[in-house]
Amino acid sequence: MAAISIQHVDVVFGSNTKQSLALLDAGKSRQEIIDTTGDTVGVHDATIDIQEGEICVLMGLSGSGKSSLLRAINGLNKTSRGKLLVKDGEQMVDVANCDSKTLLHMRSHRVSMVFQNFALMPWLTVLDNVAFGLDMQGMNKRDRYQKAMQQLAMVSLDKWANKLPSQLSGGMQQRVGLARAFTMDTDILLMDEPFSALDPLIRNQLQDELIELQQNLQKTIVFVSHDLDEALKIGSKIGIMESAKIIQYDIPENIVLKPANAYVQDFVAHTNPLNVLKGHSLMTPLADLPADNKIQPRARCIDAAQQIYVSIDQHQQVQQVTLNGQPIEIQTCHHQQDINQLSTQRITLVPVDIGMRRAIEIKYHTGLPILLTADKQLIGVLNDDSFYHALLGKHFKTDFAATL
Amino acid sequence: MDWIIEHKIPIGSWMESLVDWLTDNADFIFDAISVSLEWLILNIVGLFVWFPPFVPMLATAALAWFLHKSISLVIFVVVALLLILNLGYWQEMLETFVLVLTATTISIAFGVPIGIAAAHKPWLYTILRPILDLMQTIPTFVYLIPTLVLFGLGVVPGLISTIIFAIAAPIRLTYLGISRVPADLIEAGRAFGATPFKLLYKVELPAAMPSIMAGITQCIMLSLSMVVIAALVGADGLGKPVVRALNTVNISQGFEAGLAIVLVAIILDRIFKAPNAKEEG
Repeated sequence: MAAISIQHVDVVFGSNTKQSLALLDAGKSRQEIIDTTGDTVGVHDATIDIQEGEICVLMGLSGSGKSSLLRAINGLNKTSRGKLLVKDGEQMVDVANCDSKTLLHMRSHRVSMVFQNFALMPWLTVLDNVAFGLDMQGMNKRDRYQKAMQQLAMVSLDKWANKLPSQLSGGMQQRVGLARAFTMDTDILLMDEPFSALDPLIRNQLQDELIELQQNLQKTIVFVSHDLDEALKIGSKIGIMESAKIIQYDIPENIVLKPANAYVQDFVAHTNPLNVLKGHSLMTPLADLPADNKIQPRARCIDAAQQIYVSIDQHQQVQQVTLNGQPIEIQTCHHQQDINQLSTQRITLVPVDIGMRRAIEIKYHTGLPILLTADKQLIGVLNDDSFYHALLGKHFKTDFAATL
Repeated sequence: MDWIIEHKIPIGSWMESLVDWLTDNADFIFDAISVSLEWLILNIVGLFVWFPPFVPMLATAALAWFLHKSISLVIFVVVALLLILNLGYWQEMLETFVLVLTATTISIAFGVPIGIAAAHKPWLYTILRPILDLMQTIPTFVYLIPTLVLFGLGVVPGLISTIIFAIAAPIRLTYLGISRVPADLIEAGRAFGATPFKLLYKVELPAAMPSIMAGITQCIMLSLSMVVIAALVGADGLGKPVVRALNTVNISQGFEAGLAIVLVAIILDRIFKAPNAKEEG
């Protein structure tokens, strides 16, 4: 079920909204609208559904409208036109067209927010900052301190409860910001470039912490970022925005493999594929392996130089692998398994959705090609060529849809 | 050019007719204000004078200690007050103190809400700004005349003139403080479900507090600078001996009373200024 459903939302800043929307419908550009009415178009015709438990990353350059769209979700920006449904218990509330009382309820019970520059109240202690939203709800002091303390412990800042935000480092301040949002117990979290103001090491650390927290909490998170690597790392869906429009909304791998246009491809060209690509988009599929019936029936050549062949039965299950004519042992490696415990010089069977970084580690460790399987069936093979191919960005040409 | 000189615009007469009209038609309002404020001030002064001098002295010292935890400030406060007592200006000092206190309280009571409203409604500030400029630049003696006519001789016209002169500071600095609250703090407040009222007193006012406090300190100092002028229209206090000394060319009296004013100014400034300076640092 969708936690947030954004339907044809336009956000226009200014005083001539009606005229600007008409111009927008007439197909005028953002600049033309600024020149005629003085209004700025923040978001134009955005339509996406964000499912419960998803991390949706809105991505784009500054001024692309990602923050404007994010702020429309809790009504900080007024939606000029369209519907913006947000889950409120069992029903959906249209925050774009609701009264201020409903909006206050949504903000204090359903949607909380983390800010780029932390936005902590400098005169309040860390504990009071975390309890700020509860105070807005009207909760009494004892209860809110108790809840805030629990959240502070979760981000391991409980020892700093009575300090002022200015006494904390940037990374710690943003952990306070996270705790303040988590304390609200809302199902939906809005994060506006929460890690952009931090230095790279701390940023990485906080991203990992967020992923870990998310595994336990299963919130619906809308995350704004201008960094595709960050988006690919934490996002379960990515929406790429360019001049007020969403140009592509898809899972991370598809963004990398099938960029919708040159703008997206430009972003993708500068990312590291190691964290994104999976076995099935890198492999040489079984059908493309040269058959060699001279050695054995249904034998396929995996590596001509090393003389490695695999034979399969009629159910596509691996029967035997030979190296220079000698059979070699086969081992399986699951997702959670420690790579260092694998034996070297054995053929390894791995699930087809293995990550690229892990696949390279296994290849490096065992020294032999990797066989990709799904339901015990052989799907394809990963060899050095497959990795070089992806690292050089040549995977854009592979037909991803056919192999998925 | 002759035509211009011959047809003088009667701005002065207009103002005069306005004041005349007010004395004719709204006299009872001004009388009521005058009587009640005078009663209030005289009673507060009476209360302070009723105490033996060491009570207000210790209270001030205790306040200084409570706010600043500085032993040197406490010593200064006690020594300065003893000196004033010794010079024989104890009652005058109390009268001045009450005048300043009342003027400041009324200025804050009106100035801070006006400043907040101006920060929230830009059109209001557009209207207010020239009025505030006028109130601060117009020579004090000029509006001393109509206040004298409207409120009669005594402490009240002095008080009103003081307020007119001093209220601009809390209005301006409250306006400045509230309108400079960082936008992300306002957003954070709203995002966590603050009502406009909670936003004001949980986010905007605390964020603007250093600026508002600066406005209050300034207001105290401006009020104090009016004591001599207030004395001209009959307000009691340290201004009176100064005026008397001026009329009789009495150097020693003038210097002593002036010194007492300076000491009161330093005490008030030190006690009320430093807390927010500490916060900023």
